[in-house]
Amino acid sequence: MSWEVVIGLEVHAQLATNSKIFSGASTAYGASPNTQACAVDLGLPGVLPVLNEAVVQMACKFGLAVGATVAPRSVFARKNYFYPDLPKGYQISQYELPIVKQGTLKIEMDGQEKVIGITRAHLEEDAGKSLHEDFQGLTGIDLNRAGTPLLEIVSEPDMRSAKEAIVYMKKLHSLVRYLEICDGNMQEGSFRCDANVSVRQVGQKEFGTRAELKNLNSFRFVERAINYEIERQIDLLERGGQVVQETRLYDADKNETRPMRSKEEAHDYRYFPDPDLLPLIIEPAFLEQVQKTLPELPDAKKQRFMQQYGLSGYDAGVLTSTRELADYFEETVKESSSDAKLCANWVMVELAGLLNKHNLEIPASPVTAKQMGGMLRRITDNTISGKLAKDVFEAMWNGEGDADTIIEKRGLKQVTDTGAIEKVIDEVMVNNPKQLADYRSGKEKLFGFFVGQVMKVSGGKANPGQVNELLKKKLGG
Amino acid sequence: MSLHREDVEKIAHLARISLSEQDIPLYTRNLSNILALVEQMNRVDTTGITPMAHPLDATARLRPDVVTETNQREWFQQIAPQVEAGLYLVPKVIE
Repeated sequence: MSWEVVIGLEVHAQLATNSKIFSGASTAYGASPNTQACAVDLGLPGVLPVLNEAVVQMACKFGLAVGATVAPRSVFARKNYFYPDLPKGYQISQYELPIVKQGTLKIEMDGQEKVIGITRAHLEEDAGKSLHEDFQGLTGIDLNRAGTPLLEIVSEPDMRSAKEAIVYMKKLHSLVRYLEICDGNMQEGSFRCDANVSVRQVGQKEFGTRAELKNLNSFRFVERAINYEIERQIDLLERGGQVVQETRLYDADKNETRPMRSKEEAHDYRYFPDPDLLPLIIEPAFLEQVQKTLPELPDAKKQRFMQQYGLSGYDAGVLTSTRELADYFEETVKESSSDAKLCANWVMVELAGLLNKHNLEIPASPVTAKQMGGMLRRITDNTISGKLAKDVFEAMWNGEGDADTIIEKRGLKQVTDTGAIEKVIDEVMVNNPKQLADYRSGKEKLFGFFVGQVMKVSGGKANPGQVNELLKKKLGG
Repeated sequence: MSLHREDVEKIAHLARISLSEQDIPLYTRNLSNILALVEQMNRVDTTGITPMAHPLDATARLRPDVVTETNQREWFQQIAPQVEAGLYLVPKVIE
Protein backbone atom coordinates (compact mmCIF):
# COMPACT_ATOMS: atom_id res chain seq x y z
CA MET A 1 0.00 0.00 0.00
CA SER A 2 1.27 3.43 -0.74
CA TRP A 3 0.75 6.28 1.67
CA GLU A 4 0.68 10.04 1.47
CA VAL A 5 1.84 12.16 4.37
CA VAL A 6 -0.04 15.32 5.35
CA ILE A 7 1.59 17.87 7.65
CA GLY A 8 0.50 21.23 9.00
CA LEU A 9 2.62 23.32 11.37
CA GLU A 10 1.78 25.70 14.18
CA VAL A 11 4.72 27.94 14.89
CA HIS A 12 4.90 30.14 17.97
CA ALA A 13 7.15 33.12 17.35
CA GLN A 14 7.97 35.17 20.42
CA LEU A 15 7.73 38.81 19.41
CA ALA A 16 10.86 40.87 20.07
CA THR A 17 9.33 43.57 22.25
CA ASN A 18 10.79 45.24 25.34
CA SER A 19 7.67 44.82 27.44
CA LYS A 20 4.92 42.24 27.65
CA ILE A 21 1.82 42.05 25.50
CA PHE A 22 -0.56 43.38 28.19
CA SER A 23 1.73 44.82 30.88
CA GLY A 24 4.80 47.02 31.33
CA ALA A 25 6.98 44.19 32.71
CA SER A 26 10.24 43.40 30.92
CA THR A 27 10.49 40.43 28.53
CA ALA A 28 14.29 40.08 28.86
CA TYR A 29 15.37 36.44 28.92
CA GLY A 30 17.21 34.84 31.80
CA ALA A 31 16.24 37.11 34.73
CA SER A 32 16.00 35.76 38.25
CA PRO A 33 12.63 33.95 38.73
CA ASN A 34 9.54 36.13 39.15
CA THR A 35 11.42 39.43 39.09
CA GLN A 36 9.71 40.32 35.80
CA ALA A 37 6.20 39.24 36.72
CA CYS A 38 4.00 42.18 37.67
CA ALA A 39 0.47 42.29 39.08
CA VAL A 40 -1.07 41.93 35.59
CA ASP A 41 1.10 38.90 34.76
CA LEU A 42 0.23 37.32 38.11
CA GLY A 43 -3.48 37.78 37.44
CA LEU A 44 -4.07 39.61 40.71
CA PRO A 45 -7.64 40.86 41.23
CA GLY A 46 -8.49 44.28 39.88
CA VAL A 47 -5.82 44.54 37.19
CA LEU A 48 -6.59 45.28 33.54
CA PRO A 49 -4.59 44.31 30.45
CA VAL A 50 -3.54 47.10 28.03
CA LEU A 51 -2.34 46.03 24.59
CA ASN A 52 1.24 46.80 23.51
CA GLU A 53 1.41 48.85 20.31
CA ALA A 54 4.65 47.20 19.11
CA VAL A 55 2.96 43.80 19.22
CA VAL A 56 0.28 45.04 16.83
CA GLN A 57 2.87 46.55 14.50
CA MET A 58 4.86 43.33 14.40
CA ALA A 59 1.82 41.19 13.65
CA CYS A 60 0.87 43.58 10.84
CA LYS A 61 4.41 43.45 9.49
CA PHE A 62 4.20 39.68 9.33
CA GLY A 63 0.78 39.79 7.70
CA LEU A 64 1.98 42.14 4.98
CA ALA A 65 5.13 40.08 4.37
CA VAL A 66 3.14 36.89 3.65
CA GLY A 67 0.57 38.70 1.51
CA ALA A 68 -2.16 38.04 4.03
CA THR A 69 -5.25 39.99 4.98
CA VAL A 70 -4.63 42.08 8.07
CA ALA A 71 -8.00 42.15 9.77
CA PRO A 72 -9.38 45.69 10.21
CA ARG A 73 -11.08 44.35 13.34
CA SER A 74 -9.83 41.52 15.51
CA VAL A 75 -10.91 40.33 18.93
CA PHE A 76 -9.13 38.88 21.95
CA ALA A 77 -10.69 35.86 23.60
CA ARG A 78 -10.18 33.91 26.78
CA LYS A 79 -9.01 30.33 26.45
CA ASN A 80 -9.92 28.72 29.74
CA TYR A 81 -7.91 25.98 31.42
CA PHE A 82 -6.29 25.40 34.77
CA TYR A 83 -2.57 25.00 35.15
CA PRO A 84 -0.35 26.62 37.79
CA ASP A 85 1.81 28.42 35.23
CA LEU A 86 -1.32 30.27 34.06
CA PRO A 87 -2.42 32.17 37.16
CA LYS A 88 -5.53 33.80 35.69
CA GLY A 89 -7.09 30.46 34.78
CA TYR A 90 -7.25 31.57 31.14
CA GLN A 91 -4.88 32.55 28.39
CA ILE A 92 -5.67 35.70 26.43
CA SER A 93 -5.56 34.68 22.78
CA GLN A 94 -7.47 35.32 19.57
CA TYR A 95 -9.99 32.79 18.35
CA GLU A 96 -12.67 33.53 15.79
CA LEU A 97 -11.25 36.87 14.67
CA PRO A 98 -7.44 36.69 14.42
CA ILE A 99 -5.32 39.65 13.32
CA VAL A 100 -3.84 37.92 10.23
CA LYS A 101 -5.78 35.73 7.80
CA GLN A 102 -4.96 33.83 4.60
CA GLY A 103 -1.38 34.37 3.57
CA THR A 104 1.16 32.29 1.69
CA LEU A 105 4.82 31.42 1.91
CA LYS A 106 6.81 30.22 -1.08
CA ILE A 107 9.30 27.45 -0.41
CA GLU A 108 11.80 25.77 -2.69
CA MET A 109 12.82 22.15 -2.51
CA ASP A 110 15.11 20.36 -4.95
CA GLY A 111 14.70 23.27 -7.35
CA GLN A 112 10.89 23.02 -7.22
CA GLU A 113 8.82 25.91 -5.96
CA LYS A 114 5.80 25.26 -3.79
CA VAL A 115 3.35 27.62 -2.14
CA ILE A 116 2.37 26.80 1.43
CA GLY A 117 -0.84 28.37 2.69
CA ILE A 118 -0.87 30.24 5.98
CA THR A 119 -4.35 29.87 7.42
CA ARG A 120 -3.97 32.49 10.09
CA ALA A 121 -1.66 34.16 12.59
CA HIS A 122 -2.99 35.31 15.92
CA LEU A 123 -1.67 37.12 18.95
CA GLU A 124 -1.59 35.58 22.38
CA GLU A 125 0.26 35.65 25.68
CA ASP A 126 2.76 33.02 26.76
CA ALA A 127 2.38 31.13 30.05
CA GLY A 128 4.98 30.83 32.83
CA LYS A 129 7.42 27.99 33.36
CA SER A 130 7.03 24.99 35.64
CA LEU A 131 10.09 23.41 37.22
CA HIS A 132 9.38 19.91 38.39
CA GLU A 133 12.71 18.97 39.95
CA ASP A 134 14.39 19.87 43.22
CA PHE A 135 11.40 20.90 45.32
CA GLN A 136 10.58 17.86 47.47
CA GLY A 137 7.52 16.75 45.60
CA LEU A 138 6.36 20.27 44.76
CA THR A 139 6.47 22.19 41.49
CA GLY A 140 8.26 25.55 41.25
CA ILE A 141 6.60 28.27 39.18
CA ASP A 142 8.47 31.09 37.43
CA LEU A 143 6.09 33.63 35.89
CA ASN A 144 8.70 35.81 34.14
CA ARG A 145 7.59 34.39 30.80
CA ALA A 146 3.88 34.84 31.57
CA GLY A 147 2.50 37.55 29.31
CA THR A 148 5.34 37.45 26.78
CA PRO A 149 3.83 38.21 23.35
CA LEU A 150 3.52 35.33 20.88
CA LEU A 151 2.42 35.25 17.28
CA GLU A 152 1.03 31.80 16.51
CA ILE A 153 1.38 31.12 12.80
CA VAL A 154 -0.84 28.29 11.57
CA SER A 155 -0.16 26.72 8.18
CA GLU A 156 -2.56 24.83 5.93
CA PRO A 157 -2.01 21.04 5.87
CA ASP A 158 0.03 21.59 2.69
CA MET A 159 3.26 19.77 3.43
CA ARG A 160 3.86 16.23 2.23
CA SER A 161 7.08 15.21 3.94
CA ALA A 162 9.15 15.96 7.03
CA LYS A 163 11.76 17.54 4.78
CA GLU A 164 9.17 19.87 3.27
CA ALA A 165 8.01 20.84 6.75
CA ILE A 166 11.58 21.74 7.69
CA VAL A 167 12.06 23.84 4.57
CA TYR A 168 8.86 25.74 5.38
CA MET A 169 9.87 26.18 9.01
CA LYS A 170 13.34 27.45 8.06
CA LYS A 171 11.83 29.88 5.58
CA LEU A 172 9.49 31.19 8.25
CA HIS A 173 12.40 31.42 10.68
CA SER A 174 14.40 33.45 8.17
CA LEU A 175 11.41 35.70 7.46
CA VAL A 176 10.64 36.64 11.07
CA ARG A 177 14.30 37.49 11.56
CA TYR A 178 14.38 39.60 8.39
CA LEU A 179 11.34 41.42 9.71
CA GLU A 180 13.05 41.81 13.10
CA ILE A 181 9.89 40.73 14.87
CA CYS A 182 11.44 37.63 16.52
CA ASP A 183 15.03 36.78 17.44
CA GLY A 184 14.49 33.19 16.32
CA ASN A 185 16.46 31.75 19.24
CA MET A 186 15.22 28.18 19.48
CA GLN A 187 17.26 27.22 22.57
CA GLU A 188 15.56 29.99 24.50
CA GLY A 189 12.19 28.99 23.08
CA SER A 190 11.63 32.13 21.00
CA PHE A 191 10.64 30.03 18.00
CA ARG A 192 8.72 26.84 18.77
CA CYS A 193 6.77 24.42 16.66
CA ASP A 194 3.91 21.94 16.97
CA ALA A 195 3.24 19.61 14.06
CA ASN A 196 -0.04 18.04 12.97
CA VAL A 197 0.74 14.81 11.20
CA SER A 198 -1.54 12.34 9.43
CA VAL A 199 -1.28 9.82 6.63
CA ARG A 200 -3.79 8.68 4.00
CA GLN A 201 -3.75 6.29 1.10
CA VAL A 202 -2.61 7.84 -2.15
CA GLY A 203 -5.65 9.04 -4.05
CA GLN A 204 -7.84 9.32 -0.97
CA LYS A 205 -9.59 12.68 -0.69
CA GLU A 206 -10.26 12.94 3.04
CA PHE A 207 -7.46 13.51 5.50
CA GLY A 208 -6.54 10.75 7.89
CA THR A 209 -6.84 11.18 11.65
CA ARG A 210 -4.03 13.39 12.87
CA ALA A 211 -1.79 13.44 15.88
CA GLU A 212 -0.40 16.68 17.23
CA LEU A 213 3.29 16.58 18.11
CA LYS A 214 4.58 18.92 20.78
CA ASN A 215 7.92 19.78 22.31
CA LEU A 216 9.81 20.25 19.04
CA ASN A 217 12.48 22.78 19.86
CA SER A 218 14.99 22.34 17.04
CA PHE A 219 14.82 21.81 13.28
CA ARG A 220 16.43 18.41 13.72
CA PHE A 221 13.87 17.28 16.30
CA VAL A 222 10.98 18.42 14.12
CA GLU A 223 12.23 16.28 11.26
CA ARG A 224 12.95 13.26 13.44
CA ALA A 225 9.69 13.47 15.35
CA ILE A 226 7.62 13.75 12.16
CA ASN A 227 9.43 10.85 10.54
CA TYR A 228 8.98 8.70 13.62
CA GLU A 229 5.29 9.59 13.74
CA ILE A 230 4.76 8.81 10.04
CA GLU A 231 6.30 5.37 10.53
CA ARG A 232 4.20 4.76 13.61
CA GLN A 233 0.94 5.69 11.90
CA ILE A 234 1.60 3.69 8.72
CA ASP A 235 2.65 0.70 10.76
CA LEU A 236 -0.50 0.97 12.86
CA LEU A 237 -2.80 1.28 9.84
CA GLU A 238 -1.15 -1.54 7.92
CA ARG A 239 -1.69 -3.84 10.85
CA GLY A 240 -5.38 -2.99 10.80
CA GLY A 241 -5.29 -0.50 13.67
CA GLN A 242 -6.54 3.08 13.84
CA VAL A 243 -4.86 6.37 14.57
CA VAL A 244 -6.33 8.16 17.57
CA GLN A 245 -6.57 11.95 17.53
CA GLU A 246 -4.32 12.96 20.38
CA THR A 247 -1.41 15.11 21.48
CA ARG A 248 1.92 13.34 21.56
CA LEU A 249 5.18 14.47 23.10
CA TYR A 250 8.48 13.95 21.35
CA ASP A 251 11.22 12.41 23.47
CA ALA A 252 14.54 13.38 21.88
CA ASP A 253 16.57 10.95 24.01
CA LYS A 254 14.57 7.92 22.92
CA ASN A 255 13.65 9.36 19.48
CA GLU A 256 9.98 8.47 19.84
CA THR A 257 6.65 10.15 20.34
CA ARG A 258 4.27 9.09 23.08
CA PRO A 259 0.81 10.20 24.08
CA MET A 260 0.49 12.93 26.69
CA ARG A 261 -1.49 11.85 29.71
CA SER A 262 -4.95 11.96 28.21
CA LYS A 263 -7.37 14.40 29.70
CA GLU A 264 -10.73 14.07 28.02
CA GLU A 265 -11.76 17.61 28.78
CA ALA A 266 -8.36 19.09 27.93
CA HIS A 267 -9.67 20.61 24.71
CA ASP A 268 -12.80 22.06 26.18
CA TYR A 269 -11.42 25.58 26.36
CA ARG A 270 -14.74 27.43 26.44
CA TYR A 271 -13.45 30.41 24.44
CA PHE A 272 -15.33 33.68 24.77
CA PRO A 273 -14.47 37.32 23.96
CA ASP A 274 -12.41 38.84 26.77
CA PRO A 275 -14.54 41.55 28.38
CA ASP A 276 -11.35 43.24 29.64
CA LEU A 277 -10.22 44.08 26.11
CA LEU A 278 -11.94 46.12 23.44
CA PRO A 279 -11.86 45.04 19.79
CA LEU A 280 -8.59 45.88 18.04
CA ILE A 281 -9.20 48.18 15.09
CA ILE A 282 -6.44 48.62 12.53
CA GLU A 283 -6.86 51.73 10.40
CA PRO A 284 -5.50 51.81 6.83
CA ALA A 285 -3.16 54.67 7.82
CA PHE A 286 -1.59 52.51 10.54
CA LEU A 287 -1.05 49.71 8.06
CA GLU A 288 0.52 52.12 5.57
CA GLN A 289 3.00 53.21 8.22
CA VAL A 290 3.90 49.59 8.89
CA GLN A 291 4.28 48.91 5.17
CA LYS A 292 6.97 51.60 5.04
CA THR A 293 9.03 49.76 7.65
CA LEU A 294 9.17 46.51 5.66
CA PRO A 295 12.73 45.60 4.63
CA GLU A 296 13.63 43.94 1.34
CA LEU A 297 12.24 40.43 1.86
CA PRO A 298 14.21 37.20 1.29
CA ASP A 299 12.55 36.28 -2.04
CA ALA A 300 13.05 39.76 -3.50
CA LYS A 301 16.63 39.87 -2.27
CA LYS A 302 17.35 36.50 -3.81
CA GLN A 303 16.00 37.65 -7.18
CA ARG A 304 18.08 40.81 -6.98
CA PHE A 305 21.24 38.86 -6.09
CA MET A 306 20.72 36.64 -9.14
CA GLN A 307 20.24 39.61 -11.45
CA GLN A 308 22.67 42.11 -9.98
CA TYR A 309 25.51 39.71 -9.22
CA GLY A 310 24.87 36.96 -11.75
CA LEU A 311 24.67 34.32 -9.03
CA SER A 312 22.98 30.95 -9.40
CA GLY A 313 19.64 30.41 -7.69
CA TYR A 314 21.31 28.13 -5.19
CA ASP A 315 24.06 30.59 -4.26
CA ALA A 316 21.62 33.49 -4.05
CA GLY A 317 19.37 31.37 -1.84
CA VAL A 318 22.17 30.52 0.58
CA LEU A 319 23.47 34.09 0.73
CA THR A 320 20.03 35.54 1.44
CA SER A 321 19.08 32.93 4.05
CA THR A 322 19.68 35.54 6.74
CA ARG A 323 19.77 39.28 6.51
CA GLU A 324 23.16 39.39 8.25
CA LEU A 325 24.77 37.02 5.74
CA ALA A 326 23.29 38.95 2.80
CA ASP A 327 24.63 42.23 4.22
CA TYR A 328 28.04 40.67 4.78
CA PHE A 329 28.18 39.45 1.19
CA GLU A 330 27.16 42.81 -0.25
CA GLU A 331 29.74 44.67 1.81
CA THR A 332 32.40 42.18 0.74
CA VAL A 333 31.57 42.76 -2.92
CA LYS A 334 31.69 46.51 -2.42
CA GLU A 335 35.00 46.44 -0.56
CA SER A 336 36.71 44.02 -2.91
CA SER A 337 35.69 45.58 -6.23
CA SER A 338 35.98 42.00 -7.42
CA ASP A 339 33.86 39.49 -9.24
CA ALA A 340 30.74 38.70 -7.19
CA LYS A 341 31.13 34.97 -7.82
CA LEU A 342 34.59 35.02 -6.28
CA CYS A 343 33.13 36.82 -3.24
CA ALA A 344 30.24 34.36 -3.06
CA ASN A 345 32.61 31.40 -3.07
CA TRP A 346 34.78 32.79 -0.33
CA VAL A 347 31.83 33.73 1.87
CA MET A 348 29.97 30.45 1.29
CA VAL A 349 32.90 28.04 1.37
CA GLU A 350 35.88 29.38 3.33
CA LEU A 351 34.10 31.68 5.76
CA ALA A 352 31.02 29.52 6.27
CA GLY A 353 33.28 26.49 6.76
CA LEU A 354 35.27 28.11 9.55
CA LEU A 355 32.17 29.64 11.17
CA ASN A 356 30.56 26.22 11.16
CA LYS A 357 33.63 24.58 12.63
CA HIS A 358 33.71 27.08 15.48
CA ASN A 359 29.93 27.08 15.87
CA LEU A 360 29.66 30.82 15.21
CA GLU A 361 27.03 32.90 13.44
CA ILE A 362 27.97 35.53 10.90
CA PRO A 363 27.65 38.55 13.24
CA ALA A 364 30.35 36.95 15.45
CA SER A 365 32.77 36.38 12.55
CA PRO A 366 36.34 37.36 13.51
CA VAL A 367 36.90 38.38 9.87
CA THR A 368 34.84 41.43 9.00
CA ALA A 369 33.33 41.96 5.55
CA LYS A 370 35.72 44.86 5.11
CA GLN A 371 38.73 42.60 5.76
CA MET A 372 37.34 39.87 3.54
CA GLY A 373 36.79 42.37 0.73
CA GLY A 374 40.29 43.78 1.21
CA MET A 375 41.81 40.35 0.79
CA LEU A 376 39.75 39.49 -2.28
CA ARG A 377 40.90 42.75 -3.84
CA ARG A 378 44.46 41.42 -3.55
CA ILE A 379 43.50 38.23 -5.37
CA THR A 380 41.86 40.20 -8.15
CA ASP A 381 44.81 42.55 -8.61
CA ASN A 382 47.20 39.56 -8.65
CA THR A 383 49.05 40.51 -5.47
CA ILE A 384 48.41 37.03 -4.07
CA SER A 385 47.28 33.76 -5.56
CA GLY A 386 44.06 32.10 -4.51
CA LYS A 387 46.10 29.41 -2.81
CA LEU A 388 48.10 31.79 -0.63
CA ALA A 389 44.91 33.70 0.06
CA LYS A 390 43.80 30.78 2.18
CA ASP A 391 46.79 31.32 4.47
CA VAL A 392 46.08 35.04 4.58
CA PHE A 393 42.45 34.31 5.41
CA GLU A 394 43.43 32.03 8.28
CA ALA A 395 45.81 34.65 9.61
CA MET A 396 43.00 37.24 9.49
CA TRP A 397 40.75 34.79 11.33
CA ASN A 398 43.42 34.49 14.01
CA GLY A 399 43.50 38.22 14.46
CA GLU A 400 46.77 39.07 12.71
CA GLY A 401 45.27 42.15 11.08
CA ASP A 402 44.03 42.92 7.60
CA ALA A 403 45.22 41.27 4.40
CA ASP A 404 47.73 43.92 3.36
CA THR A 405 49.46 43.79 6.74
CA ILE A 406 49.70 40.00 6.62
CA ILE A 407 50.94 39.90 3.02
CA GLU A 408 53.62 42.45 3.86
CA LYS A 409 54.67 40.82 7.12
CA ARG A 410 54.86 37.31 5.69
CA GLY A 411 56.30 38.31 2.33
CA LEU A 412 53.51 36.58 0.45
CA LYS A 413 53.41 38.98 -2.43
CA GLN A 414 52.95 37.11 -5.67
CA VAL A 415 55.79 37.11 -8.20
CA THR A 416 54.50 38.47 -11.50
CA ASP A 417 57.83 39.51 -12.93
CA THR A 418 58.26 37.42 -16.09
CA GLY A 419 62.05 37.40 -15.84
CA ALA A 420 62.01 36.08 -12.28
CA ILE A 421 59.55 33.33 -13.16
CA GLU A 422 61.58 32.33 -16.21
CA LYS A 423 64.63 32.04 -14.01
CA VAL A 424 62.83 29.58 -11.77
CA ILE A 425 61.61 27.60 -14.78
CA ASP A 426 65.13 27.34 -16.16
CA GLU A 427 66.36 26.08 -12.81
CA VAL A 428 63.62 23.44 -12.65
CA MET A 429 64.35 22.26 -16.19
CA VAL A 430 68.06 21.90 -15.44
CA ASN A 431 67.37 19.94 -12.26
CA ASN A 432 64.94 17.53 -13.93
CA PRO A 433 66.55 16.43 -17.21
CA LYS A 434 64.81 13.05 -17.35
CA GLN A 435 61.31 14.48 -16.95
CA LEU A 436 62.17 17.12 -19.50
CA ALA A 437 63.24 14.50 -22.04
CA ASP A 438 60.13 12.41 -21.37
CA TYR A 439 57.88 15.42 -21.74
CA ARG A 440 59.46 16.39 -25.02
CA SER A 441 59.06 12.84 -26.33
CA GLY A 442 55.31 13.04 -25.82
CA LYS A 443 54.53 12.41 -22.13
CA GLU A 444 52.46 15.55 -21.83
CA LYS A 445 51.01 14.48 -18.53
CA LEU A 446 54.28 15.66 -16.99
CA PHE A 447 53.21 19.28 -17.50
CA GLY A 448 51.55 19.23 -14.10
CA PHE A 449 54.77 17.99 -12.54
CA PHE A 450 56.63 21.04 -13.84
CA VAL A 451 53.94 23.43 -12.64
CA GLY A 452 54.21 21.85 -9.20
CA GLN A 453 58.00 22.14 -9.15
CA VAL A 454 57.97 25.78 -10.22
CA MET A 455 55.38 26.66 -7.59
CA LYS A 456 57.38 24.78 -4.96
CA VAL A 457 60.67 26.48 -5.78
CA SER A 458 58.98 29.89 -5.82
CA GLY A 459 57.45 29.22 -2.41
CA GLY A 460 53.95 29.29 -3.91
CA LYS A 461 54.38 32.89 -4.88
CA ALA A 462 54.67 32.65 -8.65
CA ASN A 463 51.54 33.75 -10.48
CA PRO A 464 49.93 30.49 -11.64
CA GLY A 465 48.60 31.91 -14.91
CA GLN A 466 52.01 33.19 -15.92
CA VAL A 467 53.72 29.98 -14.85
CA ASN A 468 51.43 27.99 -17.14
CA GLU A 469 51.98 30.26 -20.07
CA LEU A 470 55.75 30.52 -19.73
CA LEU A 471 56.19 26.80 -19.05
CA LYS A 472 54.31 25.88 -22.20
CA LYS A 473 56.60 28.08 -24.20
CA LYS A 474 59.83 26.90 -22.56
CA LEU A 475 59.07 23.18 -22.37
CA GLY A 476 58.14 23.16 -26.00
CA GLY A 477 61.81 24.02 -26.61
CA MET B 1 -32.65 22.24 26.30
CA SER B 2 -32.31 20.67 29.66
CA LEU B 3 -29.05 19.59 31.20
CA HIS B 4 -28.37 16.25 32.77
CA ARG B 5 -26.68 15.70 36.06
CA GLU B 6 -23.46 14.57 34.28
CA ASP B 7 -23.35 17.83 32.29
CA VAL B 8 -23.46 19.86 35.46
CA GLU B 9 -20.78 17.72 37.07
CA LYS B 10 -18.56 18.21 34.04
CA ILE B 11 -19.09 21.98 33.98
CA ALA B 12 -18.30 22.16 37.67
CA HIS B 13 -15.13 20.17 37.15
CA LEU B 14 -13.98 22.38 34.26
CA ALA B 15 -14.51 25.44 36.45
CA ARG B 16 -12.86 23.70 39.41
CA ILE B 17 -15.97 24.32 41.54
CA SER B 18 -17.01 21.67 44.00
CA LEU B 19 -20.73 21.12 44.31
CA SER B 20 -22.36 19.40 47.22
CA GLU B 21 -24.58 16.48 46.38
CA GLN B 22 -27.73 18.30 47.47
CA ASP B 23 -26.97 21.38 45.35
CA ILE B 24 -26.65 19.50 42.08
CA PRO B 25 -30.42 19.41 41.27
CA LEU B 26 -30.63 23.15 41.98
CA TYR B 27 -27.74 23.96 39.62
CA THR B 28 -29.10 21.62 37.00
CA ARG B 29 -32.39 23.49 37.04
CA ASN B 30 -30.85 26.97 37.11
CA LEU B 31 -28.38 26.30 34.30
CA SER B 32 -31.12 24.70 32.21
CA ASN B 33 -33.18 27.84 32.63
CA ILE B 34 -30.29 29.97 31.39
CA LEU B 35 -29.90 27.73 28.36
CA ALA B 36 -33.62 28.00 27.69
CA LEU B 37 -33.20 31.76 27.52
CA VAL B 38 -30.26 31.35 25.13
CA GLU B 39 -32.36 29.06 23.00
CA GLN B 40 -35.07 31.68 22.84
CA MET B 41 -32.50 34.22 21.62
CA ASN B 42 -31.15 31.72 19.13
CA ARG B 43 -34.50 31.79 17.34
CA VAL B 44 -34.00 35.43 16.34
CA ASP B 45 -32.82 35.85 12.76
CA THR B 46 -29.35 37.45 12.99
CA THR B 47 -28.34 37.17 9.34
CA GLY B 48 -26.08 40.04 8.40
CA ILE B 49 -25.48 41.20 11.96
CA THR B 50 -21.87 41.37 13.18
CA PRO B 51 -21.57 39.56 16.49
CA MET B 52 -20.88 41.96 19.33
CA ALA B 53 -17.44 41.46 20.87
CA HIS B 54 -17.89 44.05 23.60
CA PRO B 55 -20.86 45.97 24.99
CA LEU B 56 -19.00 49.28 24.80
CA ASP B 57 -18.88 50.91 21.42
CA ALA B 58 -15.18 51.71 21.72
CA THR B 59 -11.91 50.35 20.39
CA ALA B 60 -8.70 49.20 22.02
CA ARG B 61 -6.22 51.82 23.16
CA LEU B 62 -2.62 50.86 22.72
CA ARG B 63 0.25 51.37 25.10
CA PRO B 64 3.83 52.25 23.98
CA ASP B 65 6.31 49.37 24.23
CA VAL B 66 8.14 50.61 27.31
CA VAL B 67 9.12 48.75 30.47
CA THR B 68 7.32 50.53 33.32
CA GLU B 69 7.26 47.82 35.97
CA THR B 70 9.96 47.21 38.54
CA ASN B 71 10.76 44.08 40.50
CA GLN B 72 8.28 43.67 43.35
CA ARG B 73 8.77 39.98 43.90
CA GLU B 74 9.15 40.14 47.66
CA TRP B 75 5.99 42.11 48.04
CA PHE B 76 3.96 39.80 45.79
CA GLN B 77 5.33 36.67 47.41
CA GLN B 78 4.23 37.73 50.89
CA ILE B 79 0.78 36.34 50.11
CA ALA B 80 2.04 33.11 48.53
CA PRO B 81 1.62 30.00 50.70
CA GLN B 82 5.09 28.67 49.82
CA VAL B 83 8.08 30.06 47.94
CA GLU B 84 11.65 28.90 47.42
CA ALA B 85 14.56 30.34 45.42
CA GLY B 86 12.24 33.01 44.06
CA LEU B 87 9.74 30.44 42.78
CA TYR B 88 6.13 29.96 43.79
CA LEU B 89 5.72 26.40 45.00
CA VAL B 90 2.55 24.48 44.14
CA PRO B 91 1.46 20.85 44.45
CA LYS B 92 3.21 18.72 41.85
CA VAL B 93 1.35 18.90 38.52
CA ILE B 94 2.91 15.94 36.72
CA GLU B 95 3.37 12.38 37.89
